[in-house]
Amino acid sequence: MPSLKDLKNRIGSVKNTRKITKAMQMVAAAKLRRAQEAAEAARPFAERMTAVMSALAAGVGTGEGAPKLLAGNGRDQVHLLVVMTSERGLCGGFNSSIVKLARLRAAELVAQGKTVKIMTVGKKGREQLKRDWAQAFVGHVDLSDVKRVGYANAQGVARQVMAAFDGDEADVVTIFYNRFQSVIAQIPTMQQIIPAKFEGNAATSLYDYEPSEEAILADLLPRSVATQIFTALLENGASEQGARMSAMDNATRNAGDMINKLTIQYNRSRQASITKELIEIISGAEAL
Amino acid sequence: MAGSVQFNLVSPERRLASFPATEVQIPGAMGDMTAMEGHAPTITTLRPGVLRVAGAEGTKAYVVTGGFAEITATGISVLAEQAVPVEELTSATLDALVADVNAAAAITADKDTADKTASDLAALREAVGL
Repeated sequence: MPSLKDLKNRIGSVKNTRKITKAMQMVAAAKLRRAQEAAEAARPFAERMTAVMSALAAGVGTGEGAPKLLAGNGRDQVHLLVVMTSERGLCGGFNSSIVKLARLRAAELVAQGKTVKIMTVGKKGREQLKRDWAQAFVGHVDLSDVKRVGYANAQGVARQVMAAFDGDEADVVTIFYNRFQSVIAQIPTMQQIIPAKFEGNAATSLYDYEPSEEAILADLLPRSVATQIFTALLENGASEQGARMSAMDNATRNAGDMINKLTIQYNRSRQASITKELIEIISGAEAL
Repeated sequence: MAGSVQFNLVSPERRLASFPATEVQIPGAMGDMTAMEGHAPTITTLRPGVLRVAGAEGTKAYVVTGGFAEITATGISVLAEQAVPVEELTSATLDALVADVNAAAAITADKDTADKTASDLAALREAVGL
């Protein structure tokens, strides 16, 4: 049975914790709004890009002479997994869910006899994957100094990925990130970016192409890779804040419950000690 | 006066401009082209250069780097990887832009394309007078 003083200290410390989690929740809410706006603002570009790429890809096809980024380099041996996580913790299951998906996929690929290479974006995922997959690490992108993820960051990642692909160090590239659905739901998503896959609507192209379709496709494919990575980074950013917000909301509520419980316990034991003292006084008086 | 088309300029990060324009001069990969209402549907890639848009409020100019333009009879969408209004351009941002484009060209392109990019950039520098 803890003493009254212990209980009082305990209540004080839980109250402090509640203040902190409450503040974090509000900060996350503000950041979430900004992240969502950024994702919203980036949507027109990504949508047009995908639409045009699908039309082009359907027109050119994946036959002989198609760009390597689209058709692949003909092998399926080395898989590069780009795992995007956050730079900071305290965001619930956000990082674990991505890492879990990546781990599953990696194990599956190894079971099929493929080689797995892992590139991490954001340090939390790296820490979690370090235990079993440290030997597969080929690169890490540190975004901890970046306040707002910009297209330039995505380009940086894309360049590394494409350098690996061009250098025959990877045959298939897949990115892992959390797709933002709502504050309480973020969906861990796996998306193959090289060779590029487009939802093929083989709409007959009504456009004139200048220069040729093939040349445009070759020019746009690297940009499309960067755009997909950028979209993923933005979705991830919004998801992170959403996850943190709901995690902190839970923590705040939990702290409140805990304070209530401790307060009741505190009151009871105070009452008990008062009663005990009274009984001692009364029985002392009766004995006289 | 010719009719107008809906002009959109979009960068990966945000929509930079969206307004009706009477004519749009695009720095296409195969040379500059001017698109007006009723243009045949065309998709062209961009080279680094100056994009000029004539609208109701006069002509606006933007410096764009790679990307593409989608032209239809009623609308023109320019998706540029980077786009900066000319009046906001300083020589520092231009230098950053040039360095960035050069870095990209050095990785992906063969020598011909890299040379072409370099001359495009020189022309761009001259055009904006910085």
